Amino acid sequence: MSTTAMERPLAGGTTKARRRRVVGLGTLVAILVIAAAVSLAVGARALSPAEVWHGLFAAPDSDQRLTEIRLIVRTVRMPRTVLAIVAGIALGVGGALIQGYTRNPIADTGLLGVNSGASFAVVSVIAVFGVADPFQYVWFAFLGAAGSGVVVFGLASIGRGAGNPLTLALAGQGITVFLTAMTTAVALSDRASLNALRFWNAGSVAGVGFDVIWPVALFIAVGLVLALTTLPALNLLNLGDDVARGLGVNIALSRTVGIAAITLLAGAATAACGPIAFLGLMVAHVARYLTGPDHRWLVPYAGLLGAVVLLLCDIVGRLVVRPGELDAGVVVALLGAPFFAALVWLGKFKSA
Amino acid sequence: MNGTDVKRSVAPVTPGVRLGQVSFVWRPWLVCVTLLLAAATFLVFCLSIGVGDFPIGLSRVIATIVGGGERVDKFVIMDLRMPRALAGLVVGIALGVSGALTQSIARNPLASPDILGITGGAGAVSVFLVTVSGGTAAAVVSAVGLSTAALAGGLGTGLLVYFLAWRRGIDGFRLILIGISVSAMMEAITTWLLVTADIKDVARAQAWLVGSLDNRSWSEVRVALWCTLVLLAVVCCVAFQFKPMHLGDEVAAGLGVRYGMVRAVLLLCAVLLAAVGVSAAGPVPFVALVAPQVAMRLARCPTPPMVASGMVGALLLTGADLVARTALPITLPVGVVTAAIGGPFLVYLLVRANLR
Repeated sequence: MSTTAMERPLAGGTTKARRRRVVGLGTLVAILVIAAAVSLAVGARALSPAEVWHGLFAAPDSDQRLTEIRLIVRTVRMPRTVLAIVAGIALGVGGALIQGYTRNPIADTGLLGVNSGASFAVVSVIAVFGVADPFQYVWFAFLGAAGSGVVVFGLASIGRGAGNPLTLALAGQGITVFLTAMTTAVALSDRASLNALRFWNAGSVAGVGFDVIWPVALFIAVGLVLALTTLPALNLLNLGDDVARGLGVNIALSRTVGIAAITLLAGAATAACGPIAFLGLMVAHVARYLTGPDHRWLVPYAGLLGAVVLLLCDIVGRLVVRPGELDAGVVVALLGAPFFAALVWLGKFKSA
Repeated sequence: MNGTDVKRSVAPVTPGVRLGQVSFVWRPWLVCVTLLLAAATFLVFCLSIGVGDFPIGLSRVIATIVGGGERVDKFVIMDLRMPRALAGLVVGIALGVSGALTQSIARNPLASPDILGITGGAGAVSVFLVTVSGGTAAAVVSAVGLSTAALAGGLGTGLLVYFLAWRRGIDGFRLILIGISVSAMMEAITTWLLVTADIKDVARAQAWLVGSLDNRSWSEVRVALWCTLVLLAVVCCVAFQFKPMHLGDEVAAGLGVRYGMVRAVLLLCAVLLAAVGVSAAGPVPFVALVAPQVAMRLARCPTPPMVASGMVGALLLTGADLVARTALPITLPVGVVTAAIGGPFLVYLLVRANLR
């Protein structure tokens, strides 16, 4: 790659630091695997590791009890676990990217308007067509999220200051503000949408099947590929537009690709789970603390951290208010926020 | 070397005005914009008072406000419509100035008092009181009123954020991150309460969460008015010390500003102003976020101007209330309308600035 020489100072240089980062990445993967296993075992009916194994891999047989376990693991726990991982990765990577592209350490994936666009689409569809089935409004949510993302980015790229990070952040806020108001207006005049909105807003990884998860995962995969291709350019963009241009970065192109990636990631995750606030913002800061400013490390760390946190929060949500459940989005804020605040207080974070 | 010498050594690029200890940069355009905004606000304020089931002409409204007018007009205006209109004006100014202070201190255009936890805390407390039907909650509401309880919740959360962020002084970045996390917790609690509550209560809570100016009484408005006036006076006294802080902590300290103290006082004022706004109108969102950014762009200033931000806030809220009452087929809370007007207007200003 032609930019290697320029990236060396950012990467921290020494092989020791690199080895530490690789070990960290491996540790995160290991934690994720363990958390996924726990997620399959924990719930209204606790399963032993052997039972989980059987439920996943054994061929169907006549035993009534084992068939039941198979059903629980494959149709309830498995989709939930996969969605938590996929959505967690998407939100984590999205959070790290949007903070990088806006150069604003308090930017969150919701900033592009994707959450508010999705919410607005959901309440509108319910109010106008009376759709009540979550399986149907997932697609409208995705359309809404993508639509508002495109509008925000489009508005921020008109004219001279095209793609200016500050303009992007403020345009995102302006559109978010507007769409949230419209959502409230619809919800207040239509009780069915208000009812759906309050559940949708909590952000949950439960209750969605693989028929929804696979297409969502496909969008997220495309988003991840786009995200990975922009990382070297993003590093250079953070040195300032002029420096980046001087080093041969096509600024407009790399911003467009980056924003498209964020829209796909956050939009797809929001469509499947509802808006899960704070997760992307939090893990982006933790990842930056662990890896330093090099986005080629920061972004994968943020993705894995996002998956781990969302998965653990979903597990906790299943355990604390039994026989009921706390939505993962609520647990993320209730558990993640104090943890994050403690790290902030200890002075672990620098502004991006 | 005393303070005056230091100040003189950094001559402002734009011509300055000096009155004893007080000095400021003379910006004719900013003054013009502020005066125009004030005039527009007054006009909308009078219009808003005149419009209703018993319409009153503009000249009669102004005559009554300045002290004259007929008896009927006096009754309708001063007793029935004035509290609501005045509440809009006061809350708008309070939120606008609060937003300008927060964004200046944090040096981040996304910062607003909402981020300091006030809206989140007030929302969580009031949704709790609305949705949890029980002896204690009902007793609290009947004893102190929902808006006072919300004020206490907002103020408490704001102070909690402030003290959590305190670590040998207040750092803008740390304050915002702590504020975001505490707000996220409060919003999660609100969400959880809404998920578990009865749908009838949810509608009431949701309407409160958006902010409204309905049914204001003189007693409520009077409290908000006096609190705002006192706080604005404090801000005025301290704000002159604040100017150099845009240059960064080190420079400000070098210029002889006790920046830790100044920032603490201004931040406290921002929290209190926002809390006053919340107590009078509910957590009207976005005004504090949008008003300073709009004022900054209209006045072509590098940082949010305080007075102009307050004026934009007042104009936005008063105008939104007028629209909410008259132009729409269904009655909506004023917060919905402020967002519907303020958000796009901010975007318009951004796009226009890019096209110029």
